[in-house]
Amino acid sequence: MIDVLEEQETGIKLDSKAPEGPLAEKWAKHKFNLKLVNPANKRKYEIIVVGTGLAGASAAAALGELGYNVKAFCFQDSPRRAHSIAAQGGINAAKNYQNDGDSVFRLFYDTIKGGDYRARESNVHRLAEVSVNIIDQCVAQGVPFAREYGGALANRSFGGSQVSRTFYARGQTGQQLLLGAYSALSRQVANGKVKLFPRTEMLDLVIEGGKARGIITRNLVTGKIESHSGHAVLLCTGGYGNVFYLSTNAMGSNVTAAWRAHKKGALFGNPCFTQIHPTCIPVKGKYQSKLTLMSESLRNDGRVWVPKTKEIAEKVQKGEIKAKDIKEEDRDYFLERRYPSFGNLVPRDVASRNAKNVCDEGRGVAASGLAVYLDFADAIKRDSKKVIEAKYGNLFEMYEKIVDEDPYETPMKIYPAVHYTMGGLWVDYNLMTNVPGLYALGEANFSDHGANRLGASALMQGLADGYFVIPYTLGDYLATIGPADKIPTTHPAFKDAEQTVNDTISRMLSIKGDKTAEEFHRQLGHIMWEYCGMARNAEGLAKAKKMIQDLRKEFWTNLRLTGSDMELNPALEQASRVADFLELGELMVDDALNRNESCGGHFREEYSTEDGEAKRDDEHYTYVAAWEYKGPNQPEKLHKEMLKFETVKLTQRSYK
Amino acid sequence: MNIALKVWRQKNSQTPGKMVDYKLSDVSPDMSFLEMFDVLNEELSHKGEEPVAFDHDCREGICGMCSMYINGRPHGPETGTTTCQLHMRSFNDGDTIVVEPWRARAFPVIKDLVVDREAFDRIIQAGGYVSVNTGSAPDANDILIPREIADEAMDAAQCIGCGACVAACKNASAMLFTAAKISQLAVLPQGHAEHQLRAERMVAQMDAEGFGACSFTGACSVECPKSISLDHIARLNREYLGAKLASNNA
Repeated sequence: MIDVLEEQETGIKLDSKAPEGPLAEKWAKHKFNLKLVNPANKRKYEIIVVGTGLAGASAAAALGELGYNVKAFCFQDSPRRAHSIAAQGGINAAKNYQNDGDSVFRLFYDTIKGGDYRARESNVHRLAEVSVNIIDQCVAQGVPFAREYGGALANRSFGGSQVSRTFYARGQTGQQLLLGAYSALSRQVANGKVKLFPRTEMLDLVIEGGKARGIITRNLVTGKIESHSGHAVLLCTGGYGNVFYLSTNAMGSNVTAAWRAHKKGALFGNPCFTQIHPTCIPVKGKYQSKLTLMSESLRNDGRVWVPKTKEIAEKVQKGEIKAKDIKEEDRDYFLERRYPSFGNLVPRDVASRNAKNVCDEGRGVAASGLAVYLDFADAIKRDSKKVIEAKYGNLFEMYEKIVDEDPYETPMKIYPAVHYTMGGLWVDYNLMTNVPGLYALGEANFSDHGANRLGASALMQGLADGYFVIPYTLGDYLATIGPADKIPTTHPAFKDAEQTVNDTISRMLSIKGDKTAEEFHRQLGHIMWEYCGMARNAEGLAKAKKMIQDLRKEFWTNLRLTGSDMELNPALEQASRVADFLELGELMVDDALNRNESCGGHFREEYSTEDGEAKRDDEHYTYVAAWEYKGPNQPEKLHKEMLKFETVKLTQRSYK
Repeated sequence: MNIALKVWRQKNSQTPGKMVDYKLSDVSPDMSFLEMFDVLNEELSHKGEEPVAFDHDCREGICGMCSMYINGRPHGPETGTTTCQLHMRSFNDGDTIVVEPWRARAFPVIKDLVVDREAFDRIIQAGGYVSVNTGSAPDANDILIPREIADEAMDAAQCIGCGACVAACKNASAMLFTAAKISQLAVLPQGHAEHQLRAERMVAQMDAEGFGACSFTGACSVECPKSISLDHIARLNREYLGAKLASNNA
């Protein structure tokens, strides 16, 4: 059975390539059916990997080990700095080392349910299957995961899960996993199989004869526009959370590579599915440049609360009283009250929405009224300060540095912030986009987390895609096309693409207006957060669409840029990224308007149950919305991949 | 707060640089140091001057990209803090703050406060890994590692590769950076097989890059934003000596 999932009028055929057969056998069977590239032929292929986070570094390393020639690109000064490094809490794996009832099927089921039934069963099951191999691989690389006194690996439970399946390295799990992948990558650089291109940004995808043939890049130091040709292009470029300006993403995280590929024909899946993380340090001041996450693991021991009444909250907001002055009976532990079985550990979307609701009721704390308490007093009383310090010491320190308050003495103040984007380039089971030879891995694709990602699953997906999926699926494509199917960078397709990139840069520099890219970015972020953030409605979205269109128009007539293109010019880099965010923003709004239901991180106020929970519409929206670019300022065309659930039964997600 | 800044401006690696004075008013003590630079850069842009180029990315103290030498100290006056985690409340109203790039022969200036740290990548490429191919790992719990050993490896593995150790050192030595990786992998059973070769190769690369010798002043560890201990340099020396005594390449 091949799922051909779309009407044919535009020639785009959305085939998920999900294998037939029982769920647990799909991946094994598929691996056997994939074509192999002869070991001696692997050196005849050139693979382009864009981005060196968990997905990119692991893919480049694994492909280099197999014998392919890899070119790895990143905009940072070293591959080790990709934003995967900032992930704090951990990585899930169905090892069941704790004997607490975990299994591959349970991890699969939790992920599908956590994603509010908007992910592909086949992909998610594969993710759960290979999760166990990831931990083995990382330990073998020398990743210093936390351990018990007996020497076995330690685990903790993490938001949205009732088993302890999360592996961690203090509060720096992403750093340690990335440095593991970076070390494997460095080994392949030393072996001559991977060539690194740091401080190099992809600005266009080259397609010729219907296939991805290479990329156009800008050397960020010299400004030179260059062409790179390959047999396949892997986009491992992360998510687009910075469309909101303020997010937990790094300052440089951007959508440019994925967006330019989208404009060349790759479909964009579920762009409106964005994750708002519940535990971040609240916004303070108009100069703020980014938001800092406080790991979700803190919710294992911290209790979330606000004052019971608006009157008490107002006193806190004015600074007349402090948290410790509020009596126990005047506190509302709202997550424990509303969700007795999951309590403070409800999934991220639920926790965020509830925090927003109590603040909207006027019961928020901090001067802005936009914060809730995360209180460790009971945990310290129960376990001692020493135990809490051993678990979260570095996070408490980070909090104190930023906020100038000691969380051992006074509760943390937290508020939700944009953190992750579940949407991304549409890919099939092989991680290939609808453009042959173009792949998307990790956060850059849409595939595994549905409408909401569970904690500690992003690291898992990045490494699963890079270490254990792409080495198999890429070979199938390469064996089909053969080593000769490549074009040189002197081909007109490359020259034309270079010209377009150069023209766009010249155009930006020639505007000489009054408003900096930074100012446009902040303004766009404000629109997105206000109307396409934690809660959305048709009226607000329609308004946002118009505002974004106007802002985009203004950008191209009033942008202010200094310096030139033939030098290191951070303002130019930012302007080029903001230009893409200004287009993506509108597509996110369109997608949110199209999806007349609430699911996961996408909450439409018109579609909620009586007690304010999200109300899905499985009859009409059990599909992946994959958008096709139709030209500048044209509405994009919607394609639907209907999701088929053969194993799990769709139910109302409940954490009560 | 009112702040006076003296900032190193240098157009590119071929042009000589100089200190340039700037004045900023209305600086909030809650701003991060880099947010203060954002404000300066916005002002410069609006005046038609070129903004100050500086490296930064995660702004939460983990990517290791930010690298400012502030009032004669890498990452400024606070200990255990990166530039991005430094806040203006660490300074006083009316202060003059001097900001320079990392100064080291192995870290050439690219522009303004941005330096080239690829030498660090090449040190890691020389041996900062365990040679294990993807897919060939045994079960993660097959080799038990005592908690103290895992903790010690983690203490070393925390290095963010920012280069503050080099900037702090009067010899611009990269010993703390190199030691952190050698030590992490030397204490773990997974890294043991190659521990001698690794020590030899990484030290040789470090020397080839033009980093200076270590005279064990300890400035690196004091200025390290992750407070990585000098013990790891001691372990590097032991590893290196052991490797050289047993080596065929001696």
